[in-house]
Amino acid sequence: MKLDGKHLFALARGTLILLAFLYAGNAISSLLRLPLPGSVLGMVMLAAALHLGVVRPEWVRPAADPLIRHMSLLYIPPGVGVMAYFGVIRREWLPLVAAGVVGMVAVMLVVGRLQQAMERRG
Amino acid sequence: MGDAAAAPLAIVATVLVYAAAQRLYTRVRHPLLNPLLVAITALIVLLESSGVEYGKYDRGGRLISYWLGPAVVALGVPLHAQLHEIARRGRAMLASILVGSVVGIVSGTLTAIVLGAPRQVVLSVAPRSVTTPVAMGVAQKLGGIPPLTAVLVISTGVLGAVAGPTLMRLAGVRSRTAWGLAMGSAAHGIGTARAVEQGEVEGATSGLAIGLMGLATAILAPPIVALLLSVFAAR
Repeated sequence: MKLDGKHLFALARGTLILLAFLYAGNAISSLLRLPLPGSVLGMVMLAAALHLGVVRPEWVRPAADPLIRHMSLLYIPPGVGVMAYFGVIRREWLPLVAAGVVGMVAVMLVVGRLQQAMERRG
Repeated sequence: MGDAAAAPLAIVATVLVYAAAQRLYTRVRHPLLNPLLVAITALIVLLESSGVEYGKYDRGGRLISYWLGPAVVALGVPLHAQLHEIARRGRAMLASILVGSVVGIVSGTLTAIVLGAPRQVVLSVAPRSVTTPVAMGVAQKLGGIPPLTAVLVISTGVLGAVAGPTLMRLAGVRSRTAWGLAMGSAAHGIGTARAVEQGEVEGATSGLAIGLMGLATAILAPPIVALLLSVFAAR
């Protein structure tokens, strides 16, 4: 990626739009005491703004695309945070691991199969 | 690691380990070599062996994970691009997620109860399959241990990202919207990070599933867990 003035401006504009939607989402979520994080609310509002043409895709893409492409990187620090709880995990490892595995597999199979079946029946 | 250097060192180490893990994954495409799993494991080993506490690492780490908020907002772009595909299947998606949320709460909670977990652990398990901030909030309300829930959310997400694609191939899930929806509802943001690699439809549906699943679970978890605990009376 070239970082000349034009690209830098596009990156800054995209980042500022994402941050504006994030903080608007946070504010609405806490004002209305919604059980949803502001980021998810911001995602829906951004899609709505793009749909209504208030925001243009090419304004956000320079910042949105790399963030989405490297989302795994952003989950590394909270993932490493698991090490801080090795003590609790060691004491109750069996129910924790079993509940995690069973729940994950059950949700994935049920949602995937059910959704596919309903789509086919159309 | 000196105090002033802690944050920049942590950032550089995280980015380098991530880049190396990505490179390894492009050479050897094995699901167990999932870059996120490899990077987390490598960094934990690195920190444990050099005696660096997590809190010190996280001074830099939190500057990276801060961008998770904007990244979730950014999913509004693929969501908008796929709006037509998604809207056509909207009602089916709401139904799938509603069922998936109940299945997630009941299966996880019952497993923990049956295996004799103490009450507080059971209450921390219930909101496990939703995105971290929602899950921690629900655990707090239920009287569980929020950090323990966070650990479970992350581990479940990594497990979903690693095993999910194989699992769905075996189960014959071929619809791209169903694939994305399942990934996002079972493994929230970490599953979504894997789903965006698969394609724009998968990424967009997965991102939407994080929100729907979070909403459904936040509303359904408290009554369902109370019911299960009163029937199966945990310690």
